Amino acid sequence: MSILTAILGRLAKAALTLLAIAVLNFFLLHAAPGDPAVVLAGEAGAADEQMIEQLRERFGLDQPFYVQLGKYVGGIVQLDLGYSFRQDAPVSQLILDRLPATLLLTLTAFGISLVCGIALGVASAARVGKASDSALTTLALLFYATPLYWLALMAVLVFSVWLGWLPGFGYETVGAGYTGITRALDILQHLILPALTLGLFFMAVYMRMTRASMLEVSQLDFVKTAKAKGLSGPAIRRRHILRNAILPVVTLAGLQAGQLVGGAVLTETVFAWPGIGRLMFESLAARDYNTILGVFLVSAAMVILFNIVTDIVYRIVDPRIGATA
Amino acid sequence: MWKRFRSNIGAMVGVAILLAVILIAVCAPLIYPHGPWQMVQRPFLPPMSVDGLPLGTDTLGRNVAAQLAYGAQVSLLVGLVSTIVALLIGVPLGAVAGFYGNWVDEGAMRFTEFFQTIPNFALAIVLVAIFEPTLASITLAIAIVSWPPVARLVRAEVMSVRKREFVDAATLAGLSRPKILITQVLPNTVSPIIVMASLMVATAILLESSLSFLGLGDPNAMSWGYMIGAARTVIRTSWWLSFFPGIAIVLTVLALNLIGEGLNDALNPHLSRKGRA
Repeated sequence: MSILTAILGRLAKAALTLLAIAVLNFFLLHAAPGDPAVVLAGEAGAADEQMIEQLRERFGLDQPFYVQLGKYVGGIVQLDLGYSFRQDAPVSQLILDRLPATLLLTLTAFGISLVCGIALGVASAARVGKASDSALTTLALLFYATPLYWLALMAVLVFSVWLGWLPGFGYETVGAGYTGITRALDILQHLILPALTLGLFFMAVYMRMTRASMLEVSQLDFVKTAKAKGLSGPAIRRRHILRNAILPVVTLAGLQAGQLVGGAVLTETVFAWPGIGRLMFESLAARDYNTILGVFLVSAAMVILFNIVTDIVYRIVDPRIGATA
Repeated sequence: MWKRFRSNIGAMVGVAILLAVILIAVCAPLIYPHGPWQMVQRPFLPPMSVDGLPLGTDTLGRNVAAQLAYGAQVSLLVGLVSTIVALLIGVPLGAVAGFYGNWVDEGAMRFTEFFQTIPNFALAIVLVAIFEPTLASITLAIAIVSWPPVARLVRAEVMSVRKREFVDAATLAGLSRPKILITQVLPNTVSPIIVMASLMVATAILLESSLSFLGLGDPNAMSWGYMIGAARTVIRTSWWLSFFPGIAIVLTVLALNLIGEGLNDALNPHLSRKGRA
């Protein structure tokens, strides 16, 4: 019951946040230099006079400001994100077509980074002060400082151009006509490099967090009790320390979701991965503001959804949260 | 405190690298008086192939070493200024929220939470794309997406300092509330803010380079991200064009992170001992 009301509360808040972002988008469109109708049309002659006239009428650009705001936000509530004149398609359609690729990439990267990050963090904390611990923390610090897109480019250079092990761009082999299992394997092969490079940065974040959290929990009294009971080191780490140390890592993982989506823009750009990040990059060059703002709104929605999911996971992992909140 | 910082090898390495980068940025106009845009040789010259061009030339025959030196100016400038602007937004907001509490706190924290929910890189892209890429709009966009953690940190610090005895003493002495906040409470929150600021400069440099990699850099300023973005399509034939700017970014960001960690250990010694135990 308490979980249900909590979820409902979160959903209501999520709806409000998205509404606020829609309003923000409206003001940004009007803040852009130039006639809003021309801005909406994608600037520089992508639309003819008649089309711009239609846009003016549809968004009520000759009417008072609040009417315009109402029309714009009303459209978004009905999932109408506007029209991309550059691509000659509704923005919502463009995004929907590209969303599966982005979800596949970000969720894979998230899974890899969380599992490897926690495992390495535990290993590093268990060997605290030894050479292998220093090596791991130094490596994490290095990944932490490496620009994602540059790492992606270097991965393409080494594993695709020089070694030829993995495809360096795209979602699947174009024109190969694979179906079923062969197609899935083909996509998997294309997925490895983007997912790994996107995941490495976050792996470093989770590793540092897990290590610090493990070390902090290992100072607590109940760990001394477990030691006094005569439990072995690995058993204490697994059953007593890790279970308590993992909570802040889950919180952090939820907060990092926004960064993961932002990172997807860069990774997808380098690997020509046909997701919404790549769509955003293409729209930047074309000055297709409608699509840019649409992707922005959808990526915010993804982050909010992801936060709600981590919140639920958090409540399941630690029932105390539900009891106090 | 200074002694503890100096004994930290990582932090001293960070300081050395950062000083070198600052030196290069300051001296760029002296070493390369013709600027980063000047064509000097045939395009696509590999590193070390011609005297005086240790890092080779780019797609238009421009000196990669000169581009790197001028890029350092942009990275450091944007990193520093955007962090200062973010502090100017985050510190007052967090301080007022933590000090006055109640509805002020509630309102300020809802506002902060809203900005924290929005994916920050996506917001930065949208802001720069709409307001045209210039150094000013890039700096402002980075500041706008980086202030929320500052506000939260300052709020938490102010809330804990506010309950201390010397604040009661100041109240009894008849100081006004705003005066207590500014002269008594805020000075006690400076050290965690300094640590966070040094890490924020690092993040801001990464953000700036990512924006200019996507083509959202100031067209009149040479930057490391722009260099990598421009070399992206020729990665198969000219690896050095994207390799060196990347190394420059990694070194600078790493240096700032090392300094931040060193400051953290030096300013909060009991915390670091707990973490290291």
